[in-house]
Amino acid sequence: MTTEAGSKTEVKEKAEESAAGPDQSEQAKQEHQEGENAVREEKEGKGISRYLPTWFKKPKSQSQTSPTKEVQPTEEPASKATKEEEGPSPDVNGHAEEVEEKEEVKSEQVKETEAETHSNTSADTEPAKGERVEEVEEQSPEEAKETKEGEGAEEEKKEGQVEAEGNGQTSVFQSPLRVVRKTKMKVIVCHVTLLDGTDFTCEVEKRAKGQFLFFKVCEHLNLLEKDYFGLIYKDNHEQKCWLDPTKEIKRQIRSNNWQFTFNVKFYPPDPSLLTEDITRYLLCLQLREDVASGRLPCSFVTHALLGSYTLQAEFGDYEPDQPRPLDFINQLTFAPNQNKEMEEKILELHKSHRGMTPAQADLQFLENAKKLSMYGVDLHHAKDSEGVDIMLGVCANGLLVYKDRLRINRFAWPKILKISYKRNNFYIKIRPGETEQFESTVGFKLQNHRSAKRLWKVCVENHSFFRLNAPEPPNKARFLTLGSKFRYSGRTQAQTRLASSLIDRPAPSFDRTSSKRISRSLDGAPVISVTAAGRDGAENGRDPHLELHSDSKSGLRVHGDTIYVRHSNLMLEDHDKTQEEVLKHQASISQLKRSFMEAPPPSPPQPNQWEKRLTSSPATATRVQQQHVVSVSQTEAASAENTISETKEPEKMTEIEIEETVVIQEVSKATKAGLVTVPPSPPPPPAAAAPPAEQETQQQEVKVQEEVVTVEETQQRKQESVSSESESEEEAEYHPDVPVSLCQTQIPEEKEEEEEEEEEEDVEPEKEVEEQVSPPVALPALAEVSHPEDETSQEGVCRKEDADENKEQEHETEESTDDVMVTPDEAPDSPLLSEETEKTAPSEEKEPRVNGEALLVEVDPRPQVICCSEPPVVKTEMVTISDTFAAQKTEIATKEVPIVHTETKTITYEAAQLDGNGDGEPGVLMTAQTITSESLCTTTTTHITKTLKGGLSETRIEKRIVITGDCDIDHDQALAQAIKEAKEQHPDMSVTRVVVHKETELAEEED
Amino acid sequence: MAGLMAGFGHYTHALVRGVPASLTRAALRMQPTEVDLDMARREHEAYVELLRARLGLEVVELPADESLPDCVFVEDAAVVCGETALITRPGAESRRRETDAVKRALKDLNLNIVEMTDENATLDGGDVLFTGQEFFVGLSKRTNQRGAEILADAFKDYAVSTVPVMAGLHLKSFCSMGGPGLIIIGSSEPAQKALKIMQQMSDYRYDKLTVPDDLAANCIYMNLPNKGHVLLHCTEKEFPESVKMFEKLKDYMLIPVCNSEKVKVDGALTCCSVLINQKANI
Repeated sequence: MTTEAGSKTEVKEKAEESAAGPDQSEQAKQEHQEGENAVREEKEGKGISRYLPTWFKKPKSQSQTSPTKEVQPTEEPASKATKEEEGPSPDVNGHAEEVEEKEEVKSEQVKETEAETHSNTSADTEPAKGERVEEVEEQSPEEAKETKEGEGAEEEKKEGQVEAEGNGQTSVFQSPLRVVRKTKMKVIVCHVTLLDGTDFTCEVEKRAKGQFLFFKVCEHLNLLEKDYFGLIYKDNHEQKCWLDPTKEIKRQIRSNNWQFTFNVKFYPPDPSLLTEDITRYLLCLQLREDVASGRLPCSFVTHALLGSYTLQAEFGDYEPDQPRPLDFINQLTFAPNQNKEMEEKILELHKSHRGMTPAQADLQFLENAKKLSMYGVDLHHAKDSEGVDIMLGVCANGLLVYKDRLRINRFAWPKILKISYKRNNFYIKIRPGETEQFESTVGFKLQNHRSAKRLWKVCVENHSFFRLNAPEPPNKARFLTLGSKFRYSGRTQAQTRLASSLIDRPAPSFDRTSSKRISRSLDGAPVISVTAAGRDGAENGRDPHLELHSDSKSGLRVHGDTIYVRHSNLMLEDHDKTQEEVLKHQASISQLKRSFMEAPPPSPPQPNQWEKRLTSSPATATRVQQQHVVSVSQTEAASAENTISETKEPEKMTEIEIEETVVIQEVSKATKAGLVTVPPSPPPPPAAAAPPAEQETQQQEVKVQEEVVTVEETQQRKQESVSSESESEEEAEYHPDVPVSLCQTQIPEEKEEEEEEEEEEDVEPEKEVEEQVSPPVALPALAEVSHPEDETSQEGVCRKEDADENKEQEHETEESTDDVMVTPDEAPDSPLLSEETEKTAPSEEKEPRVNGEALLVEVDPRPQVICCSEPPVVKTEMVTISDTFAAQKTEIATKEVPIVHTETKTITYEAAQLDGNGDGEPGVLMTAQTITSESLCTTTTTHITKTLKGGLSETRIEKRIVITGDCDIDHDQALAQAIKEAKEQHPDMSVTRVVVHKETELAEEED
Repeated sequence: MAGLMAGFGHYTHALVRGVPASLTRAALRMQPTEVDLDMARREHEAYVELLRARLGLEVVELPADESLPDCVFVEDAAVVCGETALITRPGAESRRRETDAVKRALKDLNLNIVEMTDENATLDGGDVLFTGQEFFVGLSKRTNQRGAEILADAFKDYAVSTVPVMAGLHLKSFCSMGGPGLIIIGSSEPAQKALKIMQQMSDYRYDKLTVPDDLAANCIYMNLPNKGHVLLHCTEKEFPESVKMFEKLKDYMLIPVCNSEKVKVDGALTCCSVLINQKANI
């Protein structure tokens, strides 16, 4: 058997083989102790570790320069963690999360310790390693079990934890609810003006998020279809802004004015499709106000007609006997320029509505209102490029440009590739027409930066709501993102419709404003808008056919360097499916969604019993993880850029990439074969291993089917658009592209950050050799699937040949496998060695080296951060696996430079969780992209590789961040920031590995 | 019920005007031509008779005004949609007074009259294409932005988009509605460009019927009780190729109308009438 996984994996396997149950824990403890001792020797120096989450902190490789430095700070916590982990029996479900984390830590520690031991005393260490390995193995299986067992809640917890960790141990990402719970703080009274003009007062904790208040209001209103609504507050400049449900209220209002208004945020293009009368009633109230205020312009006749329906809804049939309603009608406002003539007309029309129920009258009102050209159009003042005053209207279909009352241009969502703002400029990048070759960018000037941002946000939200099947993951991890990470966080129209269709309650009774009459349900009443419903699609621009056309045309276009692939068809189909399924699982779905969305980290989806069983075998798990291999191309120079939209065929939705800031040239390189290493996923696992793996996959599939709903959601989220946001919130970009949603796909994203240039990745043979030596702890790679690459890498290591090749392999292996980094204890002595060690790491996987962590230092440090996470649904399984085995990573920093000139430090941080690296089955490379972005002194190269294995697709993202600069740059901080952002950008992915490679020019040097 | 956008093509009344003798000499035209007055009058009579007798519309016929050589083309003087009539301010100075009689006639039909008083605004009805859901206004030699704005103000319910008219006199010189959601469009490049723009500007989808001759694309569509879809179009003699295209329209009552003389002074089929849908009871 070839051990694909890094040394860690191997270690685990070995442990399993040895089947040391209880003993292992003891051994582990011993090891830990040893490790701790050893660790203390190390110092962090100015390592990044201080910024890194705990689980990251275990550097696999130490800097050669100062071998002693590294470990200490990190190790202690780690060791503690380990101890804790050991304490609870592996089976404890509840602890799974913790365990996982701890495990990771442990493994890292172990590695470190191992490394240390190696360096210090090879003989002593080795046994220890073995023990440690066992521990690891145990843990990993445990984790796997736990994960499997752990369902909903546990997952969430895990996610939460992970998130917290990702954030540098801060709890920024926690779900709003959680936060709310946690912080019991000062209570504040909020005043919300409702649509009927009444005031709703409610108390919220000072730190409550927008969502909390919004839910309170909806609860008060007895409103279920709440996704069309929102709360508005006025900012310091008297501008109305939508309250972001995911953020704390206090931070948004920025004043002590806790006044809000409840409003319709997304006007449903076809109100007849709303499920409940109460929703329509609220929409009516909003529209009456819109009409009366002139925000929704309409003709005299329409004013009269709408007014007559209002009368009917509020006062019922015209009663000739009663005093003419004209007496009070003039107290009602129907139009901005209401006059006697209009009132007469209203009354006249009112007579004709006899017998109409309030609900029917509302529906008629809406059927007419929705046809108004400005229905649902949110207008923003702007100037065109020539300084001419115009209005930009955001609506369900896209962006409209008005000059005075005339529509002078229109950009449908499908035509828009990117939406961005920079300072007070607002830009949209337009998809080239059939005859055009290049996309064009249209710019508008807003009054100020705030207006530009507000417009941008509205666009992002409207696009998401009306065009996407599911919102883009709120916090997509982006490296070095500076701009706003804002995304629409609620349900999309598609989702809310599904949810609405599941509403099963008797029509709630509610009082209408004036009449106080109880509305009768429309049920059974003739619904007017059969046709309307039919038209809806077209009106929205969502007409499938239409979209398909446009999409198909644009099928695979190269715009500049960016490739956008759209698959509307698929998306639609999926959507349909979804609906049905969703119906079945409505409740659970939304919860899942939420949890998914909120919790980025790879939380194992609820594993089935099957899965648990399956997963329990460590070997299997390992394999799976290993499959995901992404090769990071090391050096791709990249110039600036960031946007990547990828689409997977499976489902597509429009994705919008939100990029902020800079309109830098976007260079997305389409898949480069070279860069992307297709998971060399080894040929199907060796006999022993294979069966389990297969089983797992099968199970997974099964799961998927069962949980279709979930999956779909997941998929949607998965669209991966990688966009890099750059700098300050002054700028932001949003790319409405077709999102790629991965169905049942696991998408691990890996990101690498590298500081400095990757050029130096050459591996030196020497180090490799050293590593090899240590490796001897060969693992009994039982179940492991060997990736060809791994093999090669191993060979490479052994041979110390072709460094480059090795590197590539290594990268792959690293990602794919949680390889253990080989700790190049020796490396410390010579920087060169460390590099080699890194390279070796891959080899380690196969070989049972515990050292895997290795890497160390060479002259210059390079950090790589790799995040792997899987999509929610798929994740479940994947996650499980990962948990099981600690990730192993290998990293290699290479520097050829002989000694003197440069110092290279390589530190690898691996997350315990691994994404499956290699699965038994070789994956099919679906897409690979490389994106490079530059900002300031950092260059980010992102490689995204998607592979399809079995029914699952995996996405790996590797980000390489090169931070160049003089001394004035705090590299550590920059790196920490990068890691944090990466996590944020890809919440559903987990960071698997961080490799830091620092290179310092001692003398003259090439970077 | 005065629902929006209900009954596209439903008409009850038609406003027409006689052909003045001055038409042959003084009517504006893009290409110098000789017009046979008698022939033109015969054609016009046939046209009116068609509306009245065959299609059953209530025809209001205004007498010709010799001082207004172009007065037969009443379409340019007013835009009627629903119960509102916008009295235009024709782009050609010589035609401004045409609106007076038209305004009176429309007022008598109980339409809400909106006048275009802005001195800077010009608008010819021939530049206004109403699709049933929205307006497209051609910015041409006769119609400017301001005129379009006023139209938008008059018909607030509808989106009003502007379309540059690169060739021909009016927007409707190369297009017209052939039914709900169906645009008949000429095949010339300017016509096709204009169609593209209209499609881009619209939230709705339109089908198109492309005819080889731009002038043949000007048709009159009606949806009449007991008759269904009715399309008045050019004759085979005038545009044989284009007529074949109309034959593709199934379930349509196709009525060829000869317009060979008026077309010489840029008068198309739609130019000669203002169609009105008046509520019976009002």
